[in-house]
Amino acid sequence: MSNHLLEVAGVHKAFPGVRALSDMHLTLRAGEVLALVGENGAGKSTLMKLLSGGYRPDAGSFRLNGEPFVPQNPRHALHAGISIIHQEFNLMPHLTVAQNIFIGREPRRGPLLSERELNRRAADLVARLGLPLDIRAVVGGLTVASQQMVEIAKALSYDARVFIMDEPTAALNDAEVATLHGLIRRFVRPDTGVIYISHRLDELKAISDRITVIRDGRYVDTLATAATTTREIITLMVGRALTSDARPVDVRPGREVVLDVRGLSTGPLLRDVSFTLGKGEILGFAGLMGAGRTEVARAIVGADRTTGGTIRLHGRPVRIHNPAEAARLGIGYLSEDRKHLGLLLEHDVSDNVALSSLRERFTRWGLVDRPATRRTATDLVRRLAVRTPSVRQPTKYLSGGNQQKVVIAKWLVKDCDVLIVDEPTRGIDVGAKEEIYALLNDLARQGKSIIMISSELPEVLRMSHRIAVMTEGRVSGILAAGDASQESVMHLATLRPNENPADAAELGLPDPRRPDAAPDRGPTEPKAV
Amino acid sequence: MAFPLTDGTETAARPNWLTAAKNRLQQLLAFASLIVIFTFFALANSAFPTYSNVINILFSTVVIGTLALGTTFVIITGGIDLSIGTGMALCAVMSGVFIVDAGLPVALGVPAAVLFGGLIGLVNGVNVAVLKLPPFIATLAMMLVAQGLALVISKSTPIYFSDHPGYTKISTGELIPALNIPNAVVVLLAAAVLAGFLLSRTLLGRYTYSIGSNEAATALSGINVRRWKVVVYTLAGLFTGLAGVLISARLGSAQPATGMGYELQAIAAVVIGGTSLAGGKGSIIGTMIGALIISVLNNGLQIMSIPQEWQNVILGLVILVAVYADMVRKKET
Ligand SMILES: Nc1ncnc2c1ncn2[C@@H]1O[C@H](COP(=O)(O)OP(=O)(O)OP(=O)(O)O)[C@@H](O)[C@H]1O
Ligand SMILES: [Mg+2]
Repeated sequence: MSNHLLEVAGVHKAFPGVRALSDMHLTLRAGEVLALVGENGAGKSTLMKLLSGGYRPDAGSFRLNGEPFVPQNPRHALHAGISIIHQEFNLMPHLTVAQNIFIGREPRRGPLLSERELNRRAADLVARLGLPLDIRAVVGGLTVASQQMVEIAKALSYDARVFIMDEPTAALNDAEVATLHGLIRRFVRPDTGVIYISHRLDELKAISDRITVIRDGRYVDTLATAATTTREIITLMVGRALTSDARPVDVRPGREVVLDVRGLSTGPLLRDVSFTLGKGEILGFAGLMGAGRTEVARAIVGADRTTGGTIRLHGRPVRIHNPAEAARLGIGYLSEDRKHLGLLLEHDVSDNVALSSLRERFTRWGLVDRPATRRTATDLVRRLAVRTPSVRQPTKYLSGGNQQKVVIAKWLVKDCDVLIVDEPTRGIDVGAKEEIYALLNDLARQGKSIIMISSELPEVLRMSHRIAVMTEGRVSGILAAGDASQESVMHLATLRPNENPADAAELGLPDPRRPDAAPDRGPTEPKAV
Repeated sequence: MAFPLTDGTETAARPNWLTAAKNRLQQLLAFASLIVIFTFFALANSAFPTYSNVINILFSTVVIGTLALGTTFVIITGGIDLSIGTGMALCAVMSGVFIVDAGLPVALGVPAAVLFGGLIGLVNGVNVAVLKLPPFIATLAMMLVAQGLALVISKSTPIYFSDHPGYTKISTGELIPALNIPNAVVVLLAAAVLAGFLLSRTLLGRYTYSIGSNEAATALSGINVRRWKVVVYTLAGLFTGLAGVLISARLGSAQPATGMGYELQAIAAVVIGGTSLAGGKGSIIGTMIGALIISVLNNGLQIMSIPQEWQNVILGLVILVAVYADMVRKKET
């Protein structure tokens, strides 16, 4: 008996115009976590879809426990013991957490569903996994991070031997990533194995035993994690060395204020958020997930209703009722949920790139100037290294990371004075990240003002001229690049003024235990009286 | 629980009873508008709130209501069924063929007609789920086919059930004598209870919601989406067959040229009842309330001698208001 749990040999897969995989091979040993890395479009997700029976390989074979394995459909793969978390969410937004987890395996009494048994099992499972989930909550109302937790719980609830995760941490913060890694370590036993796909290379060190690198759909190498440096992995991935100890560029005080936000509040979360944004400045927004960073962006562009505060743009007070109005005023918002809010999946790359600036840039005598949209799109595809056979490829056929680049391209074309980017590099490979950083720096140098929301602290630190840190819907501090460090940011991000009187005092807020302070508290912290 | 977790603000559980109460409120709101409309007519005209008129209203809800039950399932999957109106006429004709022409006993002819409806639905289901035709197109085609067949089979003449008094009893008889409730109303009630049960308590219901909510994810979860979609369209067909029996029993004849337009009324009932055309959401209670709203409006406006043309205008406005109110409500939750 070999201890090879899963073997992939000589697998080819082509799509019209694209060779996604050629002569791909890899081996997952029993009892290990194998990381799979490669640039956007390298073919990682395609390989996983072949394993789940979603696609058929053009050539090549799989072996599971030494036996030939030809996945027919997702159900077959599940029964064979392969459980996959796909890169895109695969949840039913209208169903509850419990219903989602046990979809297809509902406990029944006779012909009837037993909702009580279902909820009992789900409660058991999330308790066993230690996940902070309300099993009766409707999934569509959860945050992206919580939805990811549901996916994880669901995938782990199958009695699988091979557990495959395609970028499970793209939407998670560091604490949540730690939770997931704990779960993975508990899952791995001598007869099970995990394939772990991620662009966050620092994680691989923490969780994987070996790392398989692929490039352009081909196998490159497999390395023992303990004996490898991140630098080596990057070099194998992109075929060249990258330096990554860059610092913010062009930092200087006394910039002309472009955007001035005072006392911004929303019903559910934000409390008295104030900050300014200078011309040509990159203002980072750091904080734990749920601290309200995305909500600030949404409130500014009018996607959510505000209950107080003023916004001045170039010194003039403005009232913004919806994102279209914001865009007209020159404020662009690149949302964190790109799949749902950012792309027309049926349309091609150039349509998507041109979409939000059709009227200003790509119309002649009322007609859309298609050649112009294609030229611009082609240029951006090259600059952002979007992997696509042409700008006329429908975006639904692009890999996850490449779709994100298209959304970014769209806002680059739009030419806003103020650009708010929410998690701009989520799911994007290291090489392309550098391109995006360079582009943002470039834009700032041209005098554009940028708000960058990111959960990756290193990224915030290396890009931001100043960093606004948020906690519990408030700005707990604004740090200059020179004073900002992992420690100082984390300190501000973990203050809990709504519970802890000392923290409240540090921020100059009333004692949260005093009843007259109650109206000013966030709504999500019920307090026993 | 050995691992550090999030700051917890996002997953903070909303208490369960609150969600439940909110859901109930949602249904209550549709119900409340029904009451408001009813009260309005009752105040406007004293002939409206009588026992016999209420029975009238219920009786006139039967056909639309029965059709709407099956349509609710289809719409929750994110599909649509345009063939139920003319399909109903075809089933009525088939009922005539079985019972009047072929001389089958009523007890056999009726199930046969209902099953024929199931067959129509099965074909729809195969077209949609297996051949992957868009539901709108597949059922639009079936709408035309069914209408044509109804005319061809009946040679464009109504089939009368005059010699089969047992048949008309299905709709007009009164099982519970003291209450004067026509059997058709009882049948609708039973069908609604069955449909509600299927939707909320069985696998079929769960997968109906699941497919409408995210079809790709449902398939990746190992569920045979194709099969369940065929089942859903077949179920809609069975309700179509039942509606065909009920309407022909009520009229005492199968009218091959009717049926067109009923599908839109049924869809309207479903939508007024809070089912989303985008799929994933809806309820049988809502649909029944929607169907009642439509017949209360029709009946009340008629009693107030508002011409038919204006009744249509008002019904159209009600649909707009109902769906808009539903969207506003959803935004606030
Ligand atoms: N259905 C499809 N039709 C056409 N091309 C496709 C299809 N699916 C994937 N591709 C192409 O195959 C290549 C590999 O895509 P894949 O999704 O496997 O990349 P990936 O390694 O997962 O990238 P990422 O890190 O961005 O998720 C890409 O160039 C993509 O555009
Ligand atoms: Mg991928």
